[in-house]
Amino acid sequence: MYAQWIREGKLTPSSDWNKERGVTFTVQDPCQLVRKSFGDPVAEDLRYVVKAVVGEENFIDMTPNRSNNFCCGGGGGYLQSGFQEQRRAYGQTKANQILATKADYCITPCHNCHAQVHDMAEVNDHAWDTVHLWTLLCLSLGILGPNEREYLGDDLKEVDVFHPESAM
Amino acid sequence: MSDSAIKIGGARKSAFKDKVMTLLPEGGNLNACLTCGACASGCPATGLDGMDPRKFLRMAALGMDEEILNSNWVWLCSMCTRCVYVCPMQINIPQLVFNARATWKKEDKPKGIIGSCDMALRNDTCSAMGANEEDFQFVVEDVLEEYQEAQPEFAEMKADVNREGAYYFLNQNSREPVTEPDEMVPLWKIMSLAGADWTYGTKGWAAENYCMFAADDESWEKIVRTKVKAVEDLGCKVWLNTE
Repeated sequence: MYAQWIREGKLTPSSDWNKERGVTFTVQDPCQLVRKSFGDPVAEDLRYVVKAVVGEENFIDMTPNRSNNFCCGGGGGYLQSGFQEQRRAYGQTKANQILATKADYCITPCHNCHAQVHDMAEVNDHAWDTVHLWTLLCLSLGILGPNEREYLGDDLKEVDVFHPESAM
Repeated sequence: MSDSAIKIGGARKSAFKDKVMTLLPEGGNLNACLTCGACASGCPATGLDGMDPRKFLRMAALGMDEEILNSNWVWLCSMCTRCVYVCPMQINIPQLVFNARATWKKEDKPKGIIGSCDMALRNDTCSAMGANEEDFQFVVEDVLEEYQEAQPEFAEMKADVNREGAYYFLNQNSREPVTEPDEMVPLWKIMSLAGADWTYGTKGWAAENYCMFAADDESWEKIVRTKVKAVEDLGCKVWLNTE
């Protein structure tokens, strides 16, 4: 959907904010969205949007990816199941993939993934930050306010703040 | 060459697997395993509690129903379907896992999942965090008003609730309205800039469905039907599931 709106010119994100900074990003392909629903074409759309938002040179893919990705370990009710130790053991496969990219951020366009990947960063020395795609899309559109940056790291808290006077 | 097939004696009947096969298209190909191990080699749940997808399927094929139906591993597999994707025979191990979950007594299933499912059944909102219709509408309208004032470029931004005839019916994970309402706003802005014609509904807005993870067929169907009815009652064309 975001990809279509960008192609149609309804959304005009710019990655200029990241030209000098060179903050790097990888992306989690949500199992539910990609493998279980729309397949590789939606994974391509996801990359189209991410590259438009953070700059192509600042995007690093995980391996494996798209329909062949590893589940993060947040799905299927895992986060509420009480099996924390096993959930984190499961998630370490994903964590190792993210660590191998050396990216500063992992973008998670799925709620379960966001919670799980965020938690896996907690147990991996906060090696990366975990962010929703909508946050970065708004940042690249110049409309991300000061109170909408919960999941940005300190490096991006002050970048192109929309209406900074409304900070709470 | 032997002139007759070798018969292995003493094997138990695989009642559970055979039952699941009657539920699935092509029987989920559950008898087609080549034992290659592509499933297990790429599964993040391999090794947890001494189990892996190939072992789980082989045990089912051998009729070790009691062992697999009592294994916690059915809750350690996320049913992500990567094993099906890489399997040369497209064997549906996740459905075997789902149906194994379904055989558990409610009181033995993970309490967190059951609690979230029960909570979602309490209101027509389907919120696993128990947010009711009034709470949701109040939060949305309150946050919208705050941002319309603070960011005048978005003074005309909409986050309608129960607007009949909108093209998109947008759902929302309970976490935002309940614990971090500011996180709803970036999506509203994107929808606004794109000129999307959308609405929330007080009924059926919650995106999550823990009853499905609980493998409680009757309850997860009830949740889905409640949500579908909410979309249809407003006459919306597209049911939009968010990030």
